[in-house]
Amino acid sequence: MITEIGHYALVLALALALVQSTAPLWGVWRGDAALMATARPVAVMQFLLIALAFAALTHAYLTSDFSLLNVVENSHSAKPLIYKISGVWGNHEGSMLLWVLILALFGALVALGSRAMPEDLAAATLAVQAWIGAAFLFFILLTSNPFLRLAQPPIEGNDLNPILQDLGLAIHPPLLYLGYVGFSITFSFAAAALICGRIDASWARFVRPWTLLAWIFLTLGIAMGSYWAYYTLGWGGFWFWDPVENASLMPWLAGTALLHTAAVMEKRDALKIWTIFLAILAFSLSLLGTFLVRSGVLTSVHAFANDPARGVFILAILVFFIGGSLALFAWRASRLRPGGIFAPVSREGALVLNNLLLTTCCATVFVGTLYPLALESIAGEKISVGAPFFNLTFGPIFAPIMLVMPLGQMLAWKRGDLLGAAQRLMVAVAAGFAVALLFGAMRGGPVLSIVGVAIAAYLVIGSFAEVYGRIIGHGATAGVALARALGLPRSAWGTAFAHAGVGVTLFGLAATGWGVERVQAVKPGDRIALGPYQLVVGEIVKRPGPNFEATIAPMEIRSGGMVVATIEPARRFYPSRQMPTTEAGISTLGFGQVYVSLSEQNPDGSLDARLYWKPWVALIWIGALLMAFGGGLSLSDRRLRIGVARRARASAAQPAE
Amino acid sequence: MTRKGRRLTLIASMLVVLGVAAGLVLFAMRDSIVFFYGPSELAEKAPSPGTRLRIGGLVKEGSLQHGQNKSMTFVITDSHKEVRVAYTGQVPDLFREGQGVVAEGVLLGRGQFLADSVLAKHDEKYMPREVADALKKQGVWNGGAPAPASNN
Repeated sequence: MITEIGHYALVLALALALVQSTAPLWGVWRGDAALMATARPVAVMQFLLIALAFAALTHAYLTSDFSLLNVVENSHSAKPLIYKISGVWGNHEGSMLLWVLILALFGALVALGSRAMPEDLAAATLAVQAWIGAAFLFFILLTSNPFLRLAQPPIEGNDLNPILQDLGLAIHPPLLYLGYVGFSITFSFAAAALICGRIDASWARFVRPWTLLAWIFLTLGIAMGSYWAYYTLGWGGFWFWDPVENASLMPWLAGTALLHTAAVMEKRDALKIWTIFLAILAFSLSLLGTFLVRSGVLTSVHAFANDPARGVFILAILVFFIGGSLALFAWRASRLRPGGIFAPVSREGALVLNNLLLTTCCATVFVGTLYPLALESIAGEKISVGAPFFNLTFGPIFAPIMLVMPLGQMLAWKRGDLLGAAQRLMVAVAAGFAVALLFGAMRGGPVLSIVGVAIAAYLVIGSFAEVYGRIIGHGATAGVALARALGLPRSAWGTAFAHAGVGVTLFGLAATGWGVERVQAVKPGDRIALGPYQLVVGEIVKRPGPNFEATIAPMEIRSGGMVVATIEPARRFYPSRQMPTTEAGISTLGFGQVYVSLSEQNPDGSLDARLYWKPWVALIWIGALLMAFGGGLSLSDRRLRIGVARRARASAAQPAE
Repeated sequence: MTRKGRRLTLIASMLVVLGVAAGLVLFAMRDSIVFFYGPSELAEKAPSPGTRLRIGGLVKEGSLQHGQNKSMTFVITDSHKEVRVAYTGQVPDLFREGQGVVAEGVLLGRGQFLADSVLAKHDEKYMPREVADALKKQGVWNGGAPAPASNN
């Protein structure tokens, strides 16, 4: 019964989405306030209905209702509770339901949260959001319905893919979707601006928090996915340039660019058309990602099942929204008046350069990801474009971004002083050289790693150089400095932390060059030297889990004879799917990690193992957390929240802070 | 600077960046792209020894032989042609005889391949797509997804 209510709620949500996609637009066209006013309540109602459908599906998973095909295929009564919940989106149908749930959530949040917005802009935005919602609700109901019943329910389900039975599944997809789908709202804002035919600094002020919110979640989602792959696949890698990963990286790059031009537009009323274009691009790339992952053109752990009908349907959605928005852009963008002018050497100029480099990076990833697909469908040749390609193209284009980043922060709006900015960065440059010398002398090793940590140090120090200058300059005492630090806009701190986060991540990436890797058979009593540590292997034990059997090789990690940590790398066997998995044993020591993953047991009882010492590796993800933290600080800036509409016009004319 | 001057600077810098990017992409395309062949295609196209390739198909039943120090050889087949693969190292969890596999490495000579990495599937239900296609071409693949795993 609950299932039927959920199914019905989903159909009702589709009906409401159709209303929401037309009535408010008709209102905008006719200038009818009553029709425009329908958008907000309908958007909220649509979200509540989809939430009800989602709750109904969750209920079916919790009660192991095997009369539902979706539950049979992806669940098992013995599965732990947490995976029964996360299993709801651990499959194609459920994950699409999560997708539209988040889409509707953003619609509802805009409906409730932006009362200050002009009524026609709000109505048009929500209408566009509903177009997307309607398209994907159709997709779910016609091709991917999670509520399909079985006439003869089996007694037990097929269980969830063991790789997905992990806490990562509970966290990674919701975060990633909040980011991915979050860009739908900036897309809707952009389309609405084109429909209404006007755009100004106040538009940028409405859009920027949403962009920032989506960007924060996407950053966290990508980082979480990377860490999950790192500890679960057992190969010690954290980024594989897999098309599915690229699918999330492309919207992140476009979204990062958007974040920066939205700042220019907000402060200086410039780069309007480009901002609109980026808003369209970021979500188009999200849609492309959804297509790549969900259509079955790629095979990966993310592409749960292949069904040609789904691929064609998503492709049609993709073509409609990207084509439609670009056509709208081509038709209406010329009506937008260009804004303020600036010298090439200025904050704006630096942000333009940032955008140019970020979008070019994005384009190389796009080529590397789609070229194999295009070549296969045109010439029938199969190729693989892997890490070597991306290291060679993405790396050299991204490197200048990192060099220019602190410089951009130092430049003034409108017309900057390049020499002055460079002088104020001397400390950061010196820190970079010092770190290079230090690591070169202490560790030696690959030149690229030494250059990497040097740039990282420059970036971290340089990111804070600007706020430091604003706090300390002009002979400040401690008290004055503290007062100034607290008085600085939080977005300035946010920028500093986010940029420093890039440096921290780079440090972790560069340090991989100093890692130690060993592949060997281990047996109880073995002592293995691994980097600065020694591993002592204990007795191999078998231990049953709730729905698997584990073979564990406990190990002590010693440093100078003292036991500093113990790890329990294991192999698990899931009988319901006849599938083994690897549970890496990981211990974080300082910022480095000892990482051990086990493979098959040999006839003599020893276990094949990969053993790694990865110095500084945790910084890769800590850097991402810092970026997200910086985003959060910026989001909490008062300027972005209070009195947006009232002050927008006034402040657009003022010189920037 | 005038609007026109600004625009020219912008366009010039855009061309420079895009030019560099296009150059890098083309350079990388030439050197770091790996073609994928099934055993039959390999026999047909006969790339010269030393070429870096990915080979996919099924691990032939009974062909897996373990040597010293984690070295092994096995045969990748599409039931028409075969390639003998030598590999040293650990294989993924789901590497088994009779299952789909993709090996990346260097072609040695006629039907001989030295792999430096071996990939298998993420899930017992699905075949690596490249392998499924290679098998389909040979008419071996029964089409569609294999039957879901039985649960007993």
